[in-house]
Amino acid sequence: MTTTMTRPDLSPLARDLATDLDGAFTAYVLATADGIFSGSLRMLGDRRDAEDVMQETYSRAYKALGGYSEERIRNLKVGGWTWTIAANLCRNRLRSRARKPTVPLEALEVKATNTDTEDAALSGIGKVLRRALMDLPFPQRAAVVLRHVLDLTYDDIAAALDRPVGTVKADVHRGLTRLRRAYPEETIR
Amino acid sequence: MTDRLITDLRELMTAAPKVAVNAAIAVSAVADGYVTRPSPLGLLFVAFNERGVSAVDMADSPAEFERRFNDLYGRQALPVGRLPAQIERHLDTAIATGKPGKLPLDFSGLTEFSVAVLRKTAEIPGGQVRPYGWVAREIGKPGAVRAVGSALARNPVPVVVPCHRVVRSDGHLGNYSLGDPDNKRLLLEAEGLDLVEYQMLSDRGIRFTGSETTNIFCHPTCHHARRTSPGHTVEFRSEQSARSAGFRPCMVCRPAAAA
Repeated sequence: MTTTMTRPDLSPLARDLATDLDGAFTAYVLATADGIFSGSLRMLGDRRDAEDVMQETYSRAYKALGGYSEERIRNLKVGGWTWTIAANLCRNRLRSRARKPTVPLEALEVKATNTDTEDAALSGIGKVLRRALMDLPFPQRAAVVLRHVLDLTYDDIAAALDRPVGTVKADVHRGLTRLRRAYPEETIR
Repeated sequence: MTDRLITDLRELMTAAPKVAVNAAIAVSAVADGYVTRPSPLGLLFVAFNERGVSAVDMADSPAEFERRFNDLYGRQALPVGRLPAQIERHLDTAIATGKPGKLPLDFSGLTEFSVAVLRKTAEIPGGQVRPYGWVAREIGKPGAVRAVGSALARNPVPVVVPCHRVVRSDGHLGNYSLGDPDNKRLLLEAEGLDLVEYQMLSDRGIRFTGSETTNIFCHPTCHHARRTSPGHTVEFRSEQSARSAGFRPCMVCRPAAAA
């Protein structure tokens, strides 16, 4: 699915969440879930992990919102704020994955199949790009994904990743440069 | 510069799986998630939320289950792909053994009395039965036999909390809320209880059996009662007659309050 409509205005959502958290929560999930899922998938490279992160993100978001004042929720930039939770979870998951890299054989097989399905859904170049993305260091990958897959503003990305705007911009730039190098020559117009 | 790379990156946006979106919505108070699980009775619908398993039910279709759940709890039930880890780890064992174990359960909408009834019921071992009056006495409300019946009739998580193991003192099985009323018998037989023998005993007015070698009396389906060889089994119609014969109640099945 490709959405051409970018950066939807989520401020009415913040207003609704402020006055009626439960009433507006479904709309909030529906408005943000594709982004959270896609972003997590591109940061983690695994659908199952992305689903886990998504689930945990909304669970934490719901609990957090339940404790916020109406005023605080009203002023929330909902899209970027949700990413402060999700980006953290993605980073933690990669860390714990690095700590225990041993996976039972059966699980590996399942994983391989999943990845194949994912690959098939993407064009040839999508495959190359997806792999090249996974080769980037996490800060660059996260910054590129949030900026160019999800179209977040640099301010939102800086908040989500808890890094200065300048650093984020540099990470996006470096990330893109490395991705271009990974692209086969003939595909660059 | 609108280059190919930027366009391709945008193409990496994808739709979240529907069941995962449902699971995300189900973290809120407006909806619970649900999955289905096989059981000796047929397909079970198992709903859950952040507190634990909130409902176990049978229905002819997902739509029927969703409608009934919504009528009962005022929340939506949404199908999800996967369960939270803590539920996933313990659900199948809980269904297979008829014992919640470490499975988290959501009793939040219930009265203190109902919760006490359900917790006590959860202690009855598989393949054994206890009268409604036993549950009432064990939770310190000996007069509330009927109320125990109503609380069990509204058990939100049958099978997992084994309300099928609570029966009438005359040996009749009593009502059952999950699917067909005959399911109570099916579950007990699947657990290895010889219902014909139990009911024949009850029909003769026998409420307890004892062992003349130990002078201990039990509920007839108690594990210890069933170990007694037929030659040494003594039958009693009441606690009183057992006590006056010099028998004391079993400490495990607790057929009577300790004197």
